[in-house]
Amino acid sequence: MRGLPPSSNKQSQIALALLFGSVCMLILSFASVPLYRAFCAATGFGGTPQKSQALAKITPGARVLTVRFDANVSKDLQWRFEPELSKISLRTGETTTVYFKVTNLTDKQTSGQAAYNVSPDLAGAYFVKIACFCFEEKRLAPNEGAEWPVVFYLDPALESEEGMEGVKEITLSYSFFATKAPAKSKTSDVKAEKEKS
Amino acid sequence: MASSTAGAHDHPIGLRRFLFSTNHKDIGTLYLILAVIGGLVGMLMSVAIRAELMHPGISVFPGLAQMLYGADPSMATDAGKNLYNVFITAHGLLMIFFMVMPAMMGGFANWFVPIMIGAPDMAFPRLNNISFWFLAVALILLVMSMFVEGAPGMMGFGGGWVFYPPLSSNIGHPGPAMDFIILSLHLAGASSILGSINFITTIFNMRAPGMTLHKMPLFAWAMLVTAFLLVLTLPVLAGAITMLLTDRNFGTMFYDPAGGGDPLLFQHLFWFFGHPEVYVLILPAFGLISHIVSTFSKKPVFGYLGMAYAMVCIGFLGCIVWAHHMYTVGLSLNAQRYFVFATMVIAVPTGIKIFSWIATMWGGSISFRAPMIWAIGFIFVFTMGGVTGVVLANASVDRQLHETYYVVAHFHYTMSLAAVFGVFAGFYYWFPKMTGYLYNETLSKLHFLFLFVGVNLTFFPQHFLGLAGMPRRYIDYPDAFASWNYLSSLGAFIGAFSMVVFFYTVIEAFMKKRYAGYNPWGSGATTLEWTLPSPPPFHQFETLPRITGAEHQ
Repeated sequence: MRGLPPSSNKQSQIALALLFGSVCMLILSFASVPLYRAFCAATGFGGTPQKSQALAKITPGARVLTVRFDANVSKDLQWRFEPELSKISLRTGETTTVYFKVTNLTDKQTSGQAAYNVSPDLAGAYFVKIACFCFEEKRLAPNEGAEWPVVFYLDPALESEEGMEGVKEITLSYSFFATKAPAKSKTSDVKAEKEKS
Repeated sequence: MASSTAGAHDHPIGLRRFLFSTNHKDIGTLYLILAVIGGLVGMLMSVAIRAELMHPGISVFPGLAQMLYGADPSMATDAGKNLYNVFITAHGLLMIFFMVMPAMMGGFANWFVPIMIGAPDMAFPRLNNISFWFLAVALILLVMSMFVEGAPGMMGFGGGWVFYPPLSSNIGHPGPAMDFIILSLHLAGASSILGSINFITTIFNMRAPGMTLHKMPLFAWAMLVTAFLLVLTLPVLAGAITMLLTDRNFGTMFYDPAGGGDPLLFQHLFWFFGHPEVYVLILPAFGLISHIVSTFSKKPVFGYLGMAYAMVCIGFLGCIVWAHHMYTVGLSLNAQRYFVFATMVIAVPTGIKIFSWIATMWGGSISFRAPMIWAIGFIFVFTMGGVTGVVLANASVDRQLHETYYVVAHFHYTMSLAAVFGVFAGFYYWFPKMTGYLYNETLSKLHFLFLFVGVNLTFFPQHFLGLAGMPRRYIDYPDAFASWNYLSSLGAFIGAFSMVVFFYTVIEAFMKKRYAGYNPWGSGATTLEWTLPSPPPFHQFETLPRITGAEHQ
């Protein structure tokens, strides 16, 4: 190129390559949402509990930990929601079922979805849920009450995790949010009215 | 190509010359004018902020709110508090996007990168024109946002220049003020991305015969790194604020936990852009300070290659340290360890630069002309800001200092002092080249004296305020902080007065018309712009210069 007049062909190639780079970064910024979610689900990062489909054969471990349950409801959702027991003792590798009591306080059908997390963060990778009401959207008929189970175990592998050595308690927390955002536009209000009638 | 048709071009005048300009020097001038406007408004806002903080209690802003918005006197206190927040937001955005960036990237780089590398113009002259007008419209949108509703019953957006949700989402600011800011930043971002593509293409493709990348002047190197940072990180800001826009207006839930979103996502995306952005503001200054120090020491830059690659290194590191702005959000300990370490590593290439500047001066035949005084001032204040930066890099210390005036002092030492001293150093260095006239150097040194004393008096006491625990972003403070705040405000007024000297210096230079000639700075000024007359011809380098040795670094 040196000594020759700059070619406009090469110029547009450089410009297009840079534009491509910019567009890639833009796509990456949106892709960061599903990518981060997949990363957390795979590694338990940030206290994301693991999911297991089948009841695998697990060799019980030696340590006994306390598991606390925490239940919250967003102010947009008129539900009462609480665990049956506030805490249990659990040996690692032992599968257990706990129930959460839930009541719809309104005389309308409402639906909610729970967000969940465990604390401390490191425990996420070893907290394995086999079944949970939080895996799907839940509906409650007017004034309906229900008891929903969570089936889980603590992976005995946590005993060899250095950061879990001093941990005696793990907290599993749920927050229920209304599935439909509080009506922002008038159309969704109308829809809600129609559903009601 | 401008060169191939040069001569066939007529020389447009008046409105056509500037409105439709494709000439890199005219566009550079337009950018500089925009930077002066943006900087002036931003500075007046900072004076209002410091006037308010001069004494405990709320005194200035309720009156300002009545003046600006005609707020009802019974509501004036609340309107004043809101206006204070609007001012700190607008002050930050104006100074970053409409003062330093247009001055450095738009102004100096447009003017001098093509000349320094021996090119007749930018690679895409029309793209250059649209970049400028995007930015001008962005400024108008930003100003308009101050006069539409933001928080319920209040005018403007008052959530800080970082606009974290939920304060910037419908919960905090349901009015359209935030949407105006988002659109303004979209335009400013598009402007900078297009400008950056233009710079990179120009630098890669249009260097004069014989000017290899390793013989290219350091200012061009600085712009190359800056442009790459912008091309890679501005789209992420665009993505972040687009998600905010759709959250606000179209019912998406990117940042709303109720729909499975996460407000922290915004902070990560924002700072992935925001941290490289601070290097975007300071790297061009690094480049031009090297030229000034070398010119007035009459020595080549010490460690040229080290200087160039230190900037590349700073640019790269700047992209991987963003979460040091977020130590308090609950990052895992390992993430904090990584970000502390990576942040501290930046001190190494920055140290290379500072020591190389000192080594360039060492043993040189130094003449303390006005630009040199500004350059030495830059090195001093940037080192000060760098030292407090290393302090803040520690996650443990940051627990105490997060969102205090210590942080305000730190980033103003690097931005408001260092970047601004860089802008003025470049301005006084190239003013004779751009206008063809010499200015009165004594006046310029007087400007330096007032600004240096003023801003140091403003920001040095803020370290003490921050260490004592005074939080930022509040309109009022307990009496215990009164004395340092009083001094800080006095400093701000002195600094503001220096702008009067600045404008007088410029006006005097235009009135006296002392011709500068090709090179007013003597044998130390070796880059290609000093081989041209002042001001340079409308189209320079009709025959391209041939570079043989290292004489035009």
